[in-house]
Amino acid sequence: MATVSIRDVRKAFGSTEVLHGVSVDVADGEFVILVGPSGCGKSTLLRMIAGLENITRGAIAIGERVVNNVAPKERDIAMVFQNYALYPHMTVRENMAFSLMLAKAPKEVIEAKVGRAADILGLAPYLARYPRQLSGGQRQRVAMGRAIVRDPQVFLFDEPLSNLDAKLRVQMRAEIKDLHQRLGTTTVYVTHDQIEAMTMADKIVVMNGGNVEQFGAPLELYDRPVNLFVAGFIGSPAMNFVRGQVEGEVFRSGAVALPLPPGLRGAAMAGRPVVYGIRPEHWRLDGQGIAATVQVVEPTGSETQVICTLSDARMLGETRMICAFRERITERPGQELRISPDPAVVHLFDEASGARLN
Amino acid sequence: MDASTWAPSRARPSWLARLFDNRIFLICICLFPAAGLLLAFLTYPLGLGIWLAFTDTQIGRNGHWIGLENFQYLITDRVFITAVWNTMFYTAVATVIKFALGLWLALLLNEHIPFKSVLRAIILLPYIVPTVLSAIAFWWIYDPQFSIISYVLVNVLHWRDTYVDFLGTPWAARWSLIAANVWRGIPFVAITLLAGLQTISPSLYEAALLDGATGWQKFRYITSPLLMPILAIVMTFSVLFTFTDFQLVYAITRGGPINSTHLMATLAFQRAIPGAQLGEGSAIAVAMIPFLIFATLFSYFALSRRKWQQGSDND
Repeated sequence: MATVSIRDVRKAFGSTEVLHGVSVDVADGEFVILVGPSGCGKSTLLRMIAGLENITRGAIAIGERVVNNVAPKERDIAMVFQNYALYPHMTVRENMAFSLMLAKAPKEVIEAKVGRAADILGLAPYLARYPRQLSGGQRQRVAMGRAIVRDPQVFLFDEPLSNLDAKLRVQMRAEIKDLHQRLGTTTVYVTHDQIEAMTMADKIVVMNGGNVEQFGAPLELYDRPVNLFVAGFIGSPAMNFVRGQVEGEVFRSGAVALPLPPGLRGAAMAGRPVVYGIRPEHWRLDGQGIAATVQVVEPTGSETQVICTLSDARMLGETRMICAFRERITERPGQELRISPDPAVVHLFDEASGARLN
Repeated sequence: MDASTWAPSRARPSWLARLFDNRIFLICICLFPAAGLLLAFLTYPLGLGIWLAFTDTQIGRNGHWIGLENFQYLITDRVFITAVWNTMFYTAVATVIKFALGLWLALLLNEHIPFKSVLRAIILLPYIVPTVLSAIAFWWIYDPQFSIISYVLVNVLHWRDTYVDFLGTPWAARWSLIAANVWRGIPFVAITLLAGLQTISPSLYEAALLDGATGWQKFRYITSPLLMPILAIVMTFSVLFTFTDFQLVYAITRGGPINSTHLMATLAFQRAIPGAQLGEGSAIAVAMIPFLIFATLFSYFALSRRKWQQGSDND
């Protein structure tokens, strides 16, 4: 096991720079997820750790060793590819044993390691099968088995669940997390799915446009996103954003006035365009707040999501507001709800820079 | 008849309608046009050729059935034996060289090299030029007086004192023909193998790279097994084309010197048309059939889906 340290890494394809100085430190045994919209450079960064892409500038170290000029096979890493990249002409056993065979490991060692990996992943009955004869989830497990037998310092996963159906994805998510807990190997995992990131990671790196937006524990990102991008990207359903400005000690958007988060002095930012962020579950039904017109009510049992419109406020992007209540809602579409935010957990961002203000 | 007594009944269909409802009749009538065309344009010429092989037909004279006499004569005919031997040698050597060079070229073109698409187009040139035209070009290249190869060797490099007699002696002529065939056949092999190489997912090579494979090991364990199914198809076609080659040899040497470069196809033509012995020429052509069937069977078994190719492909 080892740490992975990424120091001011840049990547350019020709004259186009796609990574603009990324720095991330992965502690020993940690499960770190790189997440971001497609094209944000997360897969490129992972491939640079693996050695499949050159590092244009900066340094990547695995353990104490800078690996910029170390061949992929010498880096002591194992990677699971998005399409699994199983060798179609080899059986499950041969797929898993391939790296050991190339390293000229003795037969007993290969048998033992493949057997152990097959036991961990429940693949023992399928060792003689070819990849085509396996289901998607089984192929996924073989790809992980191929990584496990090498006993690497670092596991790299490149969107490993994106080819699976929704149900299997949830199941494999738990399996990968469980595997990490049992093996304790440092893991870097790439996904575009923020739920995957929230549920699996020790730490999340949110990337956007070749930059790191925020690096931290999942709930830290959820509770205190540093900017509008992270606030909108993390969380499902997404955070609601209302545009307006600070007037006196309240936030005002059109005719709607909302309380400022605690500890923020309104006088310092009077008149400045800001965005008021509030997560769906932080609205309260108290019968006296602002008026919201119900559009759609979606009961899930444990909570009820209400899609509504604020008649007087200006929203950012969306025109609709999503609220999630623990209470059951009896109002019909078209009727009015009175709601108010929990001021302790609302977020305020500068509209121009997107940076967090509270 | 008022409405209350009306009972639905259907008139018994006519015999024609019943005939067209008959499954077997329908199948026969639907198959007839296609089967008729095949019979007329495929089976008849082939059948006629085979029938001629068992007769003593000459141009301008109807033949009589003479059984295996043509074949009995041919196995004692030194020229025919040489032609059979030449055909096998020509096919074997040219195929091996074409595949070695073609695969090498395909591997090169599969790499990221500058002007890749232009190079791929250039590779195809020998295949685009009509065979007879390239044969004439080779005839000049091999000419005892005007050969550019001889000119370069003698007058430019001064490696030799005399011009090379490419087509004047049996072995030199055979190798010269093989070189021309290889030149002409490489594009087909290279382009089809390149297409095969491109079906191999690049992530397999990346996985192999991480698994610690060297360049040779990637070729040995990834490229060659995954290329094998396509290689078998290309090899079969290449063998069939080379075995039945006629144009190059007939245009460059006409089977000479002293019948030493005849292939079975050129000898068959030589005997049948200029020699007027239609029966004997047909017999030579028919003698090629077992070889061709063997090549086809080989491909049939080599091409049968390998075990790893079976199963669904839902990735």
